[in-house]
Amino acid sequence: MTAPVVTATHLRRDYEVGGGVFGKPQTLRAVADASFSVMPGKTLAVVGESGCGKSTLARMVTLIEEPTGGSLSIGGLEASREHWAQLRTDVQIVFQDPYGSLNARHRIGAILEEPLKINRPKMSAKERTEKAREMMALVGLRSEHYDRYPHMFSGGQRQRIAVARALMLEPKLLVLDEPVSALDLSIQSQILNLLLDLQERLGLAYLFVSHDLSVVRHVADEVIVMYLGRAVERGAKDALFDAPRHPYTKALLSATPKADPRGARDRIKLKGELPSPLAVPSGCPFAPRCWKAQDKCRAERPELNEAEAHPAACFFPEN
Amino acid sequence: MSLLTIRNLSVEFATSSGGFRAVDGVDVEVDEREILAIVGESGSGKSVSMLATMGLLPWTAKITADEMSFAGHDLRSLSGPARRRLIGKDMAMIFQEPMSSLNPCFTVGFQIKEALRQHLKLDREGRKRRAVELLDLVGIPEPERRLAAFPHQLSGGMNQRVMIAMAIACNPRLLIADEPTTALDVTIQAQILDLLKDLQQETGMALILITHDMGVVAETAERVSVQYAGQKVEENAVEALFDTPHHHYTAALLAALPERATERRLPTIPGVVPGQFDRPQGCLFSPRCARADDRCRQVDPPVQPAALGLARCHYPLHAPQEAQAVEVAR
Repeated sequence: MTAPVVTATHLRRDYEVGGGVFGKPQTLRAVADASFSVMPGKTLAVVGESGCGKSTLARMVTLIEEPTGGSLSIGGLEASREHWAQLRTDVQIVFQDPYGSLNARHRIGAILEEPLKINRPKMSAKERTEKAREMMALVGLRSEHYDRYPHMFSGGQRQRIAVARALMLEPKLLVLDEPVSALDLSIQSQILNLLLDLQERLGLAYLFVSHDLSVVRHVADEVIVMYLGRAVERGAKDALFDAPRHPYTKALLSATPKADPRGARDRIKLKGELPSPLAVPSGCPFAPRCWKAQDKCRAERPELNEAEAHPAACFFPEN
Repeated sequence: MSLLTIRNLSVEFATSSGGFRAVDGVDVEVDEREILAIVGESGSGKSVSMLATMGLLPWTAKITADEMSFAGHDLRSLSGPARRRLIGKDMAMIFQEPMSSLNPCFTVGFQIKEALRQHLKLDREGRKRRAVELLDLVGIPEPERRLAAFPHQLSGGMNQRVMIAMAIACNPRLLIADEPTTALDVTIQAQILDLLKDLQQETGMALILITHDMGVVAETAERVSVQYAGQKVEENAVEALFDTPHHHYTAALLAALPERATERRLPTIPGVVPGQFDRPQGCLFSPRCARADDRCRQVDPPVQPAALGLARCHYPLHAPQEAQAVEVAR
């Protein structure tokens, strides 16, 4: 059996917010407890609404943020600060907005070669150029694009550039933070196909962060559903989509509009909104919005049983 | 008679590099109590055509239309004051970004009451009562207290509800919702869409929903108009459009939906939406269309009859006489 590319156990990230000269800062627990592992060539998707901590999780795995607790290992190496420089070549990220993530004053060639300049200082300029052109061909850009600036490209092509840049160091894991949600539908499918192609050819592992369940259903192998900083359900894609166990997953699936005008609409209406992560309810965090909540839910917090194949953090799971 | 009739609407912007036609000969017709969805990708002119209807475009825009009438008023020749009496009362609009559409310097209560003060003969007490009633209607808890809240104190979903409350304050006959749920999470999106549908049922207003999300269209609309690069390429009832799309663009768009995918690779539409400088001759979709031939690249396509979804195409799909059309072409 091959070893996982990344393993995270009880990953936690707190932020201190507020607090003035005399006031005590409050602790915001963006990610409370997340454990997962990703195999080479597989895609793990993290879904959830805004504020559930999925982007913080992506940033921790990319070593942009340091976890406050728990452990993270990438390629078998503990992701502590002394290893960061080394591990950064193994993990790369593609951001959501291709309009904001490319430097408008650099040519595409310079954008692609920058990671090599920093991380492969011994590489000659000629080799770098060669590598950049090779990568452009791989993601479907033409070689004359080498000398152009980002503003000359459409959103889809910019996202191709962002993917190419992330692949320059030949990473093992690519973190995709909402890679297609800023793109139009007809462009979205081009980028999704490109990502699938690259995964097959290079054996990449993907951590796919998204709120679009229909996209996740198409690309993922395994899915984690997060709510207020915690994983509430984890499972293989088909198991999770066909038979969701946590009420929140069920509500999320039923709320996703389906492109079928005749489809039955048994939409579960959730009451209220996501509570502030500064005031997470005690007990089950989903209890105030849950239609199945009982006294036990409000008093105790259900744990995600990591040993199960399809665990759900719920006292009264479905199915 | 239909509530809003627009025939052959074109909007041209004067840019430093010449004119740019954002909307090109679009027809829109909405009846009372009807939900029409306008779908299209970015740059298809769906927002611009509705902003032109509302009269909210800047002076750089040149608006021409053969007909533009709303409930007996000719919107083309309406004077400023007359237009202001109409807009916000009988015709209202909800914008995409609730956070940036509300004024951060005033309480939401003030902003809702502003519409009431302008258009209705209510006294101070009556306006307050109506504002509370409206917030309650759109599902905001503790409406009396929330009147004094500023937009930054509310979440995105709550702000969108405030926007809806403002728009329906004077019982409009037509509500235009421009991507009302794009900035929101799915569970909140479901709440807002249900709210809009319920309000439409209750008050009997007509609703134009501008969106790029096919799922939202399928669940909400009765009739759908598909726009591409400033032109309307197809219009049909929602079931018919999803079952038997007649324009190749509609068909390709539906096939590109991940949830309709049958294989690991999604069918794609090659290329991008044409911009200001690469507008093709003939059919605007021809550079990206699998079916396109020389005729598509040279001759502007005709608008097919209503039975074929008014498809702007030489070779509409799912047409009984498809074979004949090919014969004629030869």
